[in-house]
Amino acid sequence: MDFWNTLRLALRALARNKLRSSLTMLGIIIGVGAVIATVSIGQGAEYLVQQGIQSMGTNAVFVSAGSNRPGGARLGFWAVKTLTIDDMNAILREVPLIREAAPAVVSRVQVVYQNQNWYTTIQGTTSNYFTIRSWPVQAGSSFSQDEVDSAANTCVLGTTVARILFGDENPVGKQIRIGNLPFRVVGVLESKGQSVMGDDQDDRIFGPYTTVQRKISGITWIQFINASAISPEASNAAVPQITALLRERHHIRSGDDDDFFVRTQSEVADLAQQTSSVMTLLLGSIASVSLIVGGIGIMNIMLVSVTERTREIGVRMAVGATEKDVQRQFLVEATTLSMLGGLVGIVVGLAGSRLINNFLAWPTLISIKAIVAAAIFSVAVGVFFGYYPALKASQLDPIEALRYE
Amino acid sequence: MDEQTLTAMETPNASQTASPVIRLENVHKTYDLGEIQVHALRGISLEIRTGEFVAVMGASGSGKSTLMNILGCLDRPTRGRYHLEGTDVSQLSKVELARIRNRKLGFVFQQFNLLARTSALENVELPTVYAGITPQEREQRAREALERVGLSDRAEHYPSQLSGGQQQRVAIARALVNRPSILLADEPTGNLDSRTSVEIMDILQRLNEEQGLTVVLVTHEHDIAQYARRELEFRDGKLRRDAAIRDHLVAREVLPTLPSLEDEDEQEGDATDVT
Repeated sequence: MDFWNTLRLALRALARNKLRSSLTMLGIIIGVGAVIATVSIGQGAEYLVQQGIQSMGTNAVFVSAGSNRPGGARLGFWAVKTLTIDDMNAILREVPLIREAAPAVVSRVQVVYQNQNWYTTIQGTTSNYFTIRSWPVQAGSSFSQDEVDSAANTCVLGTTVARILFGDENPVGKQIRIGNLPFRVVGVLESKGQSVMGDDQDDRIFGPYTTVQRKISGITWIQFINASAISPEASNAAVPQITALLRERHHIRSGDDDDFFVRTQSEVADLAQQTSSVMTLLLGSIASVSLIVGGIGIMNIMLVSVTERTREIGVRMAVGATEKDVQRQFLVEATTLSMLGGLVGIVVGLAGSRLINNFLAWPTLISIKAIVAAAIFSVAVGVFFGYYPALKASQLDPIEALRYE
Repeated sequence: MDEQTLTAMETPNASQTASPVIRLENVHKTYDLGEIQVHALRGISLEIRTGEFVAVMGASGSGKSTLMNILGCLDRPTRGRYHLEGTDVSQLSKVELARIRNRKLGFVFQQFNLLARTSALENVELPTVYAGITPQEREQRAREALERVGLSDRAEHYPSQLSGGQQQRVAIARALVNRPSILLADEPTGNLDSRTSVEIMDILQRLNEEQGLTVVLVTHEHDIAQYARRELEFRDGKLRRDAAIRDHLVAREVLPTLPSLEDEDEQEGDATDVT
């Protein structure tokens, strides 16, 4: 029996039990739809991460105070006190690939304005930090170098902090209390949204690093440096130079570990990219489990169908169908079921990711690769789970099949 | 006539020179059911020649069904040889047997065994699908076969829309569509009323006489067997009797003597009036 005949036969057999065929297909439809929708969510997230990384500037180089081993126990980031503002100035002076740099000292603080208060992070830095991060001030202005030099009590608010403390009121020029100190708000930043790592970058107050060092944290060192290289390529080339410079300045003997970390934007980007790829893969594999469940549904229905149609199989064999003919008939039927389910599933998946985008405002990115993979997978599921019922049908003894009630 | 045993050579319709279309040589069939062995056939030897109309009789368990399965190439003998049109088919593979069933044999069953929700025409086409014939020729052949059983006007009907007799005629058309050498009918009238049974026998007789088709009919009804020309009686897996039927019944002569269904209805109506 030729292929078209077999296909026609399969379609007709499936049309005979429309409800049953549709319900069986539903398993595959959900499976394929879920794979496509979840992968599109994952890819949307990856895209967002890439955007976020680019917004941080591709020239960025981070130097952070690292861990040393006092007595063998590692203390993690920022645990050492050796990174200073002099280190930063040395980098600016001696590593020509670095164009700009801003220090950072952070502390968790309670802030109060009238009857509103909030627990947030204050980051001490210099005003060029906002240039390096390309993060403009939307109202008022940044603090000046004079204010940094004099350790003035001035600050710039992130939009989250401004909203919580001031609501609709304009914060510029107002007096707030940070810890026990009065601070004057000189500006409010533009909203930056979530960082690559998922935290709210707008939930932060910026002030002169000198003020934070002396009046809030009571320290003399800095915790990290945000630097900017002259080009994306230069950022990678700058790493060994900075490393060598800081090792020398910190008197680290060769063979000993660094007491700082130097990272470039591309490294962070790779890491974030990797994380979100893993997430996409994970989502996709969870969704594909439902495809396998759909396949089991096909197998179940095909087994029922073979039993129900035992007599038909007997008649077909009596009039000359070979085992192969019968096997092919049922295999094509199972595959048709899963293929149709796959096609509908693709449509459902595309519509689903569109709806998620529209209503949940999650970014989704349709991937042709995911569609092709889901289509191929659904056919494979049909062949795999249809094989056993088809084999069972072909192994029937025609004499007994004809007598079957 | 019942007592007189004749050889196949003497049956009226088989020509003396006709070659045997079926030749069984000492055929045994044993079913191994683990603990016990069932001897369904114990050394059957017989010949059936082209154009014969043979009735196979016997009680259930006599081995007639097993014989039918072997003649129909659905089963292979445990021992012995089966020559079909001169070819030894007793040792052929399953695929080769399927091909022989498709090309040389036509089956008619007690339960009709038509595919439900499939038109009469497509039911008749079924064997041609497995014969690798072009769709155009398939339909043409199927229509011809339906015409031979007088059902051209029912080609598009589904089995559920046909009477039992009509369904069996569709089944006969299906058996004829690949122009087989032998028609094997297993209790073809078992599910039909007596008048329809005679109508079916009429079709089988016409196919046998007018077109020279070899017919092997399995039945346990003695009066149905009388439409054949030769009678084989089986008991306990052995051929007990092989005789020609001298004064065989001719269906088209019997039919006018039978009351039609409408007449019976009238009689029933009269009867109710009387009471």
